Amino acid sequence: MAPVQAQVLPTGQESGIVAEKVRDGIDLEVNGEHFRHTGDPQLPLLWYLRDVLRLTGTKYGGEAGEGGADLVLIDGKAVSAITVPIARLAGKAVTTVEGLAANDGSLHPLQQAFIDEDAIGCGYCTPGWLIAGVDLLRRKPHPSDGDIDQLPNLCRCGCQARVRRAIKRAAAGKAGQP
Amino acid sequence: MSGQGLRLSRRRFLQVLAGTAGALVVGIRIADAADAPLPPALLGDNLYNLGAYVRIDADGNVLIGARDPDTGTGVATALPRIIADELDADWNRVDVVPLGLGVDNDNGKPRWAYGRQLGGSGGSIPAAWNDLRQVGAVARWLLLQAAARRLGVPASRLRCDAGTVIAPDGRRFGYGSLAADASKIALPASVPPLKNATDYKLIGQSAGDVDARAIVTGQARYAIDHHYGDALVAVLAHCPWPDGTLARIDTTDTLAVQGVLKVVQLKPESGQPPGNTVIAPAVAVLAENTWAALQGRAKLKLEWKPGASGSENSVTLEQQALALLADEKTGPTARVRNDGDVDAAGRKAARRLDATYIQPWLAHATAEPMNCLVRLDKDRASLVVPTQAPQKAWAVVQRLTGLAPDRIDIRVPRVGGGYGRRLDHDYVAEAVMLAKAVNKPVRLLWTREQDFGHDYYRAGSVHRISAIIDRRRQLLAWNQRMASASALVRRGVPDDRLWTSELQVDQLPAALVPNYRSDWYALQSAIPRGPARGMPHLSNAFAVESFIDEIAHQMREDPLKTRLRILGEPRQLPLGSGNTLDTSRLANVLKLVADRIEWKNWLRTVNGLGIACWHIDGAYVAHAIEAAMQGEQLVIQRVVCAVDVGRVINPLGLQGQVAGATLDALSIALNAAITIKGGQVQQRSYKDYPLASMAQLPNDVEVITVADDRAPAGASFLAMPTAAPALANAVFRASAVRVRRLPLMKELLRLL
Repeated sequence: MAPVQAQVLPTGQESGIVAEKVRDGIDLEVNGEHFRHTGDPQLPLLWYLRDVLRLTGTKYGGEAGEGGADLVLIDGKAVSAITVPIARLAGKAVTTVEGLAANDGSLHPLQQAFIDEDAIGCGYCTPGWLIAGVDLLRRKPHPSDGDIDQLPNLCRCGCQARVRRAIKRAAAGKAGQP
Repeated sequence: MSGQGLRLSRRRFLQVLAGTAGALVVGIRIADAADAPLPPALLGDNLYNLGAYVRIDADGNVLIGARDPDTGTGVATALPRIIADELDADWNRVDVVPLGLGVDNDNGKPRWAYGRQLGGSGGSIPAAWNDLRQVGAVARWLLLQAAARRLGVPASRLRCDAGTVIAPDGRRFGYGSLAADASKIALPASVPPLKNATDYKLIGQSAGDVDARAIVTGQARYAIDHHYGDALVAVLAHCPWPDGTLARIDTTDTLAVQGVLKVVQLKPESGQPPGNTVIAPAVAVLAENTWAALQGRAKLKLEWKPGASGSENSVTLEQQALALLADEKTGPTARVRNDGDVDAAGRKAARRLDATYIQPWLAHATAEPMNCLVRLDKDRASLVVPTQAPQKAWAVVQRLTGLAPDRIDIRVPRVGGGYGRRLDHDYVAEAVMLAKAVNKPVRLLWTREQDFGHDYYRAGSVHRISAIIDRRRQLLAWNQRMASASALVRRGVPDDRLWTSELQVDQLPAALVPNYRSDWYALQSAIPRGPARGMPHLSNAFAVESFIDEIAHQMREDPLKTRLRILGEPRQLPLGSGNTLDTSRLANVLKLVADRIEWKNWLRTVNGLGIACWHIDGAYVAHAIEAAMQGEQLVIQRVVCAVDVGRVINPLGLQGQVAGATLDALSIALNAAITIKGGQVQQRSYKDYPLASMAQLPNDVEVITVADDRAPAGASFLAMPTAAPALANAVFRASAVRVRRLPLMKELLRLL
């Protein structure tokens, strides 16, 4: 893409508008907030989230995102954050586990369902399961066992059965109910 | 501000002291000097500084410390609930804080302020049952005395409920309003009586994980999520061989990466046992951020030379084991148990049955990779460590820094899985060495391929078992021989005890067969080994419980009946460990899973039903599994697990542990194997070491817990050992293939 040529037009002093050149960098949105990254465009999103924004809910799992601990939503779709360089995120909206709850603190139904079902072992891979589950529920509001089987996540604590129940609970609209 | 002490036992006493703003603080301390003065820091607002477990604030909020690291075992929920129940606290007003390491300076020696601090070994709840209830009881007693004085009524006429003291006339006093007065009351001469079980309000009731909300919102911070502002990120390139050497290094391109500051070499310290020092020679790249460090590492030009371990292969080790066991005349390294006369029984054999079981090397594969944050100041070390054993981590830091015991601060946030890997602290040694070398705080991060390539593995094993069955179908003799490389080599354990990481004297069917022998044959290996979840039960239960199924098949008998027959009449059998084997409790869990899975269909159903049982330290477990073959695909349709652990503290937590351990054990048995070629571990990622996917695992695990009022036993890995043999036994019924080698799927497909 050719660099954008910005022509700075003179404005009258009384207008109060100060001319500014187009800045370098990549604009992206994370959990509803806008950021501009001016460093290495090849920086993987995972390290941008963890080292720069200090959003540490997205976990490191492996060099290729194995196990799904580093899943985030990019424009609503679950993607492994370590595999995406910032350069590919211009104008995109990223949602991490920290951004799943509403601004008033009320939880996403799937977050609540994980609490209801105690679908938590050590908890390290839980954010990844949540992101994958939210993505699944968006595509299939009433997922079958076969749909749930397709989730890419791994869990050594053996929480899979409880996660399955939590997804079904959220799908049934029963999160937060006894 | 002097504290008061109450002698509980020779080495233990409780302390009560006034906190800030009228708070009541109660703790339990192990002390040599009962009247040791309390450091002023104990009165601070920060529980990390308190050698105490409970703080009741004037506003009624209760802070309870969790001493054992929670690696996903639920102890951060269960332990505080044990205290809270005895205290009659309102659980909704309780906040739980991980205590971190509690260490005082006792004339240059460490004194552990919180007593035992160990996670993931199955001992947390039994230990807490013994001492932590007293903390709650003393705090409750003090609050009652304070209320009694205020009301002018004897304490015996007051009662407590959900954080309030209630007078006979119905007046109520919140704990917060009594805390300041209670903190001034002299301690009782002895520990107040503990509650009767009928008065438990939290124990036996389900509670969700205390960290659940923080975890699902991404706010829970593991060690890997902690920062010090000026810490350098360190990533390592390890030598592929633990005893190898660095032949050539070129760091030019690495140092040219923007943000990379330094390259440092690390070597294992000679004479240090495994887990106390660097696991293998390594080159560390230190940078301003993780990405720069990783790029720098990718640009290192290194040439490693193998050491003696460079000729080792897992295939060769297995052949050695098979050769050792092939000749029955070869004497064992250790005779673990020898009841009756196995040889004499063999001579009058009606029937003899032999089988050999082969199990692979395994990795820990924790979710959170090894990492450590360390800051070394002139007279203080501050660390955040993902560890199961903070006291052992302390020993590594102390040795490398020479600091006084109480100048080492170790915080232990929730840990992303342990499984025994975090009983070793090589990564702590690495981080401290690097912080010393660069004179800056260091944040060490292992990448996934290092976790797989540089572990203290669980060694593979070969079992050869023979059984003698008499004419009345009684199991007359059992001769079990196991060959493996001990996990305890070079770990300060005498040679004649190296077998203790591989076997226990009481494992089934010991004590149930008149002539029983268990022998262990040592294999030599330079590949690092260490503690692993389920050790030493996992491999033995697979061999033993598979073999009992084979015996049943030979006798044309229902394997449930065979097991019940071997267990015999309900009785208490004394075990070498000091525990007893209660055959009725073991038979009970067997019958429970059999009933639930409708075992009566065992012969008729086209699906395969398999069953297995085991006991560990006074706890009992059985699995029943229903499996079917769909072409070459194995479908695990139902899994039922029954456990009897004595009193259940948190039923929801126990169910989670049991279901979790079951799925973990199935996942490992289905697919997992570490292989070694030329001294190098060949697995580098989850792709090479495939934990089971959602699709491979059963949709549900039905957990049955036996109601029992005996003191609680540990449960963190109780449900692991029987899952794999129950599955293999079900597979045999479903496919007619007897799997005697793990991982199961690979062997099943080979034999189908």
